[in-house]
Amino acid sequence: MLVYIIRRLMQAALVMVVMSALVFAGIFMIGDPVAMMISPDASDIERDAVRASLGLDKPLWLQYLAFVNAAGHGDFGKSCLAGQPAMQLIFERMPATLELVFFSTVIALALGLPMGVYAGLRPKSVGAKTIMTGSILGFSLPNFWVGLMLIMVFAVLLPDLIPGFPRLPASGRGATVNVLGVRLSLFTADGLLHLLLPALTLALYKGALIVRLARATAREVLPMDYVKFARAKGLSENRIVGVHVLKNIMIPIATVTGLEFGQSVAFAVITETVFAWPGMGKLLLDSILLLDRPVVVAYLMIIVVFFVVLNLLVDLLYSVLDPRVRLESRAT
Amino acid sequence: MVGFGRKAAAFAAALAFSTTALVLPVAAQELKIGIKTEPSALDPQFHTLNPNIQVGAYFFDALIAQDAELKTQPALALSWKAVDDTTWEFKLRPNVKFHDGSDFTAEDVVFTYERIPKVPNSPGPYTIYTRSMKSFEIVDPLTLRIHTNGPAPLLPLDVAALPILSKKAMAGPAPEGKTTAELNSGNGLVGTGPFKFVEWQRGSKIVGERNDAYWGPKPYWKTVILRPLSNNTTRVAALLSGDVDMIEDPPTTDLAKLKNDPKITLAKAISNRVIYIALDQHGEPPIGIPDTNGKNPLMDKRVREALSIAIDRKGIDDKIMEGIAVPAGDLLPYPMGGTRKDTPVDPYDPAKAKKLLEEAGYPKGFSITLGAPNGRYINDLKLAQAVASMWTRIGVKTDVDANAPPVFFKNRDSFKYGAYLAGWGASTGELGNALKSLAATPDRVKGMGTTNSGRHSNKEMDAKLEEALVTIDDAKREALLADASKILMAEHGLIAIHFEVSVWALRKGLTYPGRADQSTFAVDVKPAK
Repeated sequence: MLVYIIRRLMQAALVMVVMSALVFAGIFMIGDPVAMMISPDASDIERDAVRASLGLDKPLWLQYLAFVNAAGHGDFGKSCLAGQPAMQLIFERMPATLELVFFSTVIALALGLPMGVYAGLRPKSVGAKTIMTGSILGFSLPNFWVGLMLIMVFAVLLPDLIPGFPRLPASGRGATVNVLGVRLSLFTADGLLHLLLPALTLALYKGALIVRLARATAREVLPMDYVKFARAKGLSENRIVGVHVLKNIMIPIATVTGLEFGQSVAFAVITETVFAWPGMGKLLLDSILLLDRPVVVAYLMIIVVFFVVLNLLVDLLYSVLDPRVRLESRAT
Repeated sequence: MVGFGRKAAAFAAALAFSTTALVLPVAAQELKIGIKTEPSALDPQFHTLNPNIQVGAYFFDALIAQDAELKTQPALALSWKAVDDTTWEFKLRPNVKFHDGSDFTAEDVVFTYERIPKVPNSPGPYTIYTRSMKSFEIVDPLTLRIHTNGPAPLLPLDVAALPILSKKAMAGPAPEGKTTAELNSGNGLVGTGPFKFVEWQRGSKIVGERNDAYWGPKPYWKTVILRPLSNNTTRVAALLSGDVDMIEDPPTTDLAKLKNDPKITLAKAISNRVIYIALDQHGEPPIGIPDTNGKNPLMDKRVREALSIAIDRKGIDDKIMEGIAVPAGDLLPYPMGGTRKDTPVDPYDPAKAKKLLEEAGYPKGFSITLGAPNGRYINDLKLAQAVASMWTRIGVKTDVDANAPPVFFKNRDSFKYGAYLAGWGASTGELGNALKSLAATPDRVKGMGTTNSGRHSNKEMDAKLEEALVTIDDAKREALLADASKILMAEHGLIAIHFEVSVWALRKGLTYPGRADQSTFAVDVKPAK
């Protein structure tokens, strides 16, 4: 088990080295951060001075080595734009993204799972067909379009049309409370209201994915011998579906939900932009546009670690859900 | 996407028109503004970036303010004069208090100016405004003299860019006193400005509260909240849904819709930003012009004139800019410093353009690549495409090479373009700034022609400009600048296309006079009478 985890983490370290080298080269090729940030009134001499003060005057490989050296000591550099440690900027923004993705995952599971199981149990019913057709929409509609639609309908159209219809907030994050030193908006009414539209936008795709997966697995599991045996034993339908079927459905759902969670945390950029959600995706986008390399590098480092940990958790969860699964190191 | 959003919103507007219950949720005396770009720091000496300068003016004052037309006005200084060629004297405003209740004196000014070079890691240092300052002399607590290296006629404009910090509140162990990070968290963020700092949640909002002891006209709003909404569609949606009370810079594609929306009102002001085309005049061989046998047609004044009069400026402003641009014949709009009242705008005359090309020896025209940024200026890409098709019509086959701004700037600065479209906003509101940067013969040591990547050069204009830059007398200097710009425009050294008009959209019942520097100041936002 320990060996397994260590091996995973070493893989992550390798990915991080490759990734940071790529980002360094990529941003260097795009352009000059100083030209993006300095006042156009500055003279060439003043530009050179800024370049030197930010360490951008040295050859690229030297800059990279300096970064690797500092990163080895836990210092991932300061944002050129904000002058503050890049990691600090990202961690400041992380709770907003995490709670948005968490909330959308809850919505997706709460709606997707029952719908999918229902569609699996009664595949021929009108309800099931409606759900499956709807899930195709959920898959194929682009995120930004859904976001804009939700804003137009719930923040502009309906409240204008129907007097007294609650106007949902169209942008930004609501009131926050301090939970163990982290600002969270999940626990205030205003915060939840602000969360609703962006979380729905993100949940649509996830929910559709879960619906389809749950249906497919349910169809697979239902003809199995142990289900027939349970029926023969005279167990109630609720117990059969709620325990025996659901347990087996949960394995692929856990995998996909976990991976989707990671995907959304890393790249909720579009939803965050449409809703002006102050998460880290928006920070990444702004930083790329301004060639703020330290932030981009630090961000991708975090994402690599995040994905590795997430995959690990999914694997561990797997072994809990399905006793047949053994983590490879235990087998050797 | 945009098309749909527009239709949906037009639908929304139509519906809204037909309903009577149009109550926007508005807390009393609270103003929420959707700004386009979030400042990178609240330390007003960290980064010379427009959003930083804008928000700085909420919490701080400079000695001198610039009004909506960028003319200098007394702020923390009541008056100023040049005592001799290298000394400026400022009489400070008495009885001004900082937000913490302490008195404002010349000590604070000197502390502020001396802190600037000590701010570490600045991506856009404020030292560009203190270049000419040599030493400071406190004559009495309300009189300050600044000695300069040589004549510095623009010192008042430099001073206007430097918000005054409180020496007492800024005390700290670091060489610069309170650090940028401390100021960002509000520690030491004590100014004399119309609003007191409340909080900054990065990416989310900046909150200010009225300074009831303000020395100037007090703001109407008890609380002001600035929310960064960088996405155009989001910003408009936030206004339509009542999330914010006003927004900066609504996209041109939404202007018609907003104009017809009964809940919305628009404010406009001509800006100091000129959109222009620079033409490569460094010599031979030409850049990006493959079919002239190594000759550079852009060296010929007639060709440059032809390219200018081939552009239908009025058509562009009506059709592409939706009326939010004004055709330009100079680098700043009249009446800013050094501009001429009668500046001609090059008339649209494709027939004459063809004739000029023929006279210059290019009866069949030539091919050229026009570089442009995509997403830096209003409709920059569409503009470049329109110019390209107009040039192609007179026989100059034009390809547009549009890139993301960082790539564009890199290409421009390494002279990759035969012609490029760009913009310039002269923050000083006088022509010296624009001429010096865009048109003067490039000279690294003197800091001339820093953004003149077309490398146009005219000794006569250089001489007028250099004289102007050391002339203290305002009228004399402006006359010299007018002469210099006249020479430049007659030579068609670069092609001015238009001045951008800045737009703000507000909920009905609010007014904003607009500003030439495109800033949004809550102090000037008022309920309509």
